Amino acid sequence: MWGNFSEQFYLNFIQDDRWKYFVNGLKVTLIITLFAVLLGVVIGLIVGVIRSTYEKTHKLKILNFLCSIYLTVIRGTPVVVQLMIIYYIIFANARNKIPIAILAFGINSGAYVAEIFRSGIMSIDQGQLEAGRSLGFNYRQTMWYIVMPQAFKNVLPALCNEFIALLKETSVSGYIALQDLTKAGDIVRSRTFSPFMPLMAVAAIYLVCVVILTQGVKILERRLRQSER
Amino acid sequence: MSADGKALIEVKHLGKSFGSIQVLKDINVDIHEGDVVFVVGPSGSGKSTFLRCLNRLEEPTEGNIFFEGVDIVDKKTDIDRHRQKMGMVFQQFNLFPHMTILKNLTIAPMKLQGKSRQEAEATALELLDRVGLKDRADAYPSQLSGGQKQRIAIVRALCMKPEVMLFDEPTSALDPEMVGEVLNVMRELAKEKMTMVVVTHEMGFAREIATRVMFMDGGNFIEEAPPEEFFTNPKNERLKAFLGKVL
Repeated sequence: MWGNFSEQFYLNFIQDDRWKYFVNGLKVTLIITLFAVLLGVVIGLIVGVIRSTYEKTHKLKILNFLCSIYLTVIRGTPVVVQLMIIYYIIFANARNKIPIAILAFGINSGAYVAEIFRSGIMSIDQGQLEAGRSLGFNYRQTMWYIVMPQAFKNVLPALCNEFIALLKETSVSGYIALQDLTKAGDIVRSRTFSPFMPLMAVAAIYLVCVVILTQGVKILERRLRQSER
Repeated sequence: MSADGKALIEVKHLGKSFGSIQVLKDINVDIHEGDVVFVVGPSGSGKSTFLRCLNRLEEPTEGNIFFEGVDIVDKKTDIDRHRQKMGMVFQQFNLFPHMTILKNLTIAPMKLQGKSRQEAEATALELLDRVGLKDRADAYPSQLSGGQKQRIAIVRALCMKPEVMLFDEPTSALDPEMVGEVLNVMRELAKEKMTMVVVTHEMGFAREIATRVMFMDGGNFIEEAPPEEFFTNPKNERLKAFLGKVL
């Protein structure tokens, strides 16, 4: 195998400009992940706040009920199935697949992020809420200025795990014939009939992305921890 | 009861139940401007619940509380506006750990009273100076001792220029050697005629600065008197037994 390393390398990456598959695949993977993360955080924040508000004040009963249905359905079915339902059924006539994938992964991630935010909000001592309210802040202001910043700091590691999981989950995009990173490796494999190099390359690229993401979050965590010196 | 002028806080037939357990029963109290009211009594008697009803951190289940003539129990009352004028100090300090001391002190005046940063910081620094903590303005709460935290918590409430200060066992979570510094700040406030309602177990302190001491047991006040009389000549048997245990 090592003997013909350079030959294999040439075959899988250089010949016919096959490296472009990987570059374009990575681009697609990153775009889907980035926007799905943003969508997931927005959905998760809204759902998490609704659920924790219900738990703390028993208000928003109907919204809370709708949110629990959303959580049950999304967390109870595989993301690949959700992706295919959205692509083949809900947007059956859609041309552009990337927004479909962003939507599917964003909605999926939102459910997990919501539970992360909810647990983060619930972990903040009731005394913080009371101190805020006693100064004259209303519930929303207290959440925004006092509870949420602390909750966010507490859930950052869990959020990071969710993003890393999401980055890897997008590898099922091939199911709707999107050429993401995994699909790119698969295409090259099917052309060259040599699985080793393309798959190892795909794995290595994912790994590097995850390591970079992990480091970035570490720095952010350290900065947010200033108040605990 | 001092009868000069209108009461700042009038509590009428206040009751509070948690489920089927009645914690407060038909409480009637007037608190006048400049009053330093100490509420004492055995634990579980409802002292803290009473105090927390005064700014509606606990929702009363019966009765009315008039603050500056407005019934704050009424659901239509904008309680957030009235709370700005009722400072509260908690047993557990409840400083905001993600903000510097200065930010802790200025966020409410800036966001709620529309003060400029300069204005809010000037007030905060002046008050900090008076409690001897001006040099800690840029520290975070986790870097302070318990006594320092509680002094900051008092200053945080004072920055809103409240009409009344509510103290919920302000020294109960402190190491003994830090109690004094917090009591000093409260003593100063009393001297400046700040209206105060204090729930505490510090009997000596109550005797020293209170204008009235009230004894709560079983969800109601069963004796109230000026401090000298309260401690030297208690009338109620339960109060006598209580004082016998704590003095």
